[in-house]
Amino acid sequence: MLENSPPKIELTAVTKSFGEKEVLRGIDLKIGKAESVVVIGGSGTGKSVLLKSILSIMQPESGSIKIDGEETIGLSGQKRDVHLNKFGMLFQGAALFDSLPVWQNVAFKLLRAHQVPRKEAKDRAMATLASVGLSADVGELFPAELSGGMQKRVGLARAIAARPEIIFFDEPTTGLDPIMADVINELIVKCVRELGATTLSITHDMASARKIADRIAMLHEGHIIWEGPKSDVDHSGNPYVDQFIHGRADGPIKMQVRKI
Amino acid sequence: MNFLAPIGRTFLNFLASTGHLAYFTSRSVSHCFRRPLYFGAILRQMVDIGYYSLPVVGLTALFTGMVLALQSHSGFSRFDAESAIPTVVVLSITRELGPVMAGLMVAGRIGAAIAAELGTMRVTEQIDALTTLSTNPYKYLIVPRLLAGTLTLPLLVLVADIVGVFGGFLVCVYRLKFNAANFISQSWQYLEWRDVSSGLWKAAAFGFIVALMGCYNGFNSKGGAQGVGAATTNAVVSASIMILITNYLLTGILFAGK
Repeated sequence: MLENSPPKIELTAVTKSFGEKEVLRGIDLKIGKAESVVVIGGSGTGKSVLLKSILSIMQPESGSIKIDGEETIGLSGQKRDVHLNKFGMLFQGAALFDSLPVWQNVAFKLLRAHQVPRKEAKDRAMATLASVGLSADVGELFPAELSGGMQKRVGLARAIAARPEIIFFDEPTTGLDPIMADVINELIVKCVRELGATTLSITHDMASARKIADRIAMLHEGHIIWEGPKSDVDHSGNPYVDQFIHGRADGPIKMQVRKI
Repeated sequence: MNFLAPIGRTFLNFLASTGHLAYFTSRSVSHCFRRPLYFGAILRQMVDIGYYSLPVVGLTALFTGMVLALQSHSGFSRFDAESAIPTVVVLSITRELGPVMAGLMVAGRIGAAIAAELGTMRVTEQIDALTTLSTNPYKYLIVPRLLAGTLTLPLLVLVADIVGVFGGFLVCVYRLKFNAANFISQSWQYLEWRDVSSGLWKAAAFGFIVALMGCYNGFNSKGGAQGVGAATTNAVVSASIMILITNYLLTGILFAGK
């Protein structure tokens, strides 16, 4: 990150609650341009809420979220559209539109938001599908006809098709076998490098985190409790991080298990 | 005083739901008047709601008209008023039965389908995905369904009116041995444009209600398959109840003092 340029993404004291449940309790996080940050943390710690708050899908109660130095909380109308145009996102379950063929899923943003002519949009969608290792035949299929791994690849193609400045990955390897998970990780690294995009990923798959991250942050009980370069994660000195990355049941993180 | 708590909670929940629905409605309607409008999506929804509902609405109207003629005959023959049957059939169908039966059938077919589709999109994050693809979900999902429902149901009711009266005609002519020419002339004799147009205004309102309740329940569904199931049931039940209440209110307004 250049010293004088503002961070690409900057969160300050962001809070978000659902009823009486406080999910985010004052998140501070800075991500530099073209940096890849992975947020790790257990299920239900608010990782997805964090991404959706940055995307303005959810509105935080307080705090500040800046993209390129500009406040984004409370944006509406055209300003919100410009803000969202910077983003691409790969969802946990791919979230492909099952009423549309694969190529229209990939070209969705090009066709509707960027008003690219249909022929050109289809050519670009097919080229993007090829870049994630899928043939032109797949473009004519519907999402329901694809395997989980192929759906993830199509989701990745859709996320990068409009060449966004910022890409979010929500649990990119969940539900995949280890080999396919590694294929997806490789594709993420390759595509992000080619685009020069800033990325924020959330996962509890440490193999994935080690592969795609420049920096790792850990979210626990609504706070970022540790962050640092990925090379430091194995000797963070933080008992929560140690327990999480080694997947131990014993430690300071207690699972909420209800007695039957 | 603990027995009052559930009553208070239910009342507060009702107020919250009403406010939520009012906000959703005003937001959806305001998007109907702002660009961009996705005409392809509107046309697709019109075909779904109108064309594919024709068989079920047509059959319902046909048998409603037939039963109406039979029942009227069994009642009116007691005081030699069989000649009024064509008028009763045509007025009942155009003013009430056409729009209400079509509205209820479409609520079952389309309201449920809209709620299930949007509910599934909600729980699989497809609606969130639309936002990340710089597409407003209200514009892409809600507006086409609201406009298609409001514009298409009057056309559907026009067909239901014709088929329903034809059902009455079939029973009167082929079973009750009426003269066909007499049936047609008596049908027209007391029919006014207002009888038909009032049914069409009602149909537009019912089409809006069906689409709105399908969209509202689907768009706000949560909790996986069970949530989608609940959204579907709520969409059909709430649309049906609102159709019956709105029908009474509109009848009072459209035929006030006449």
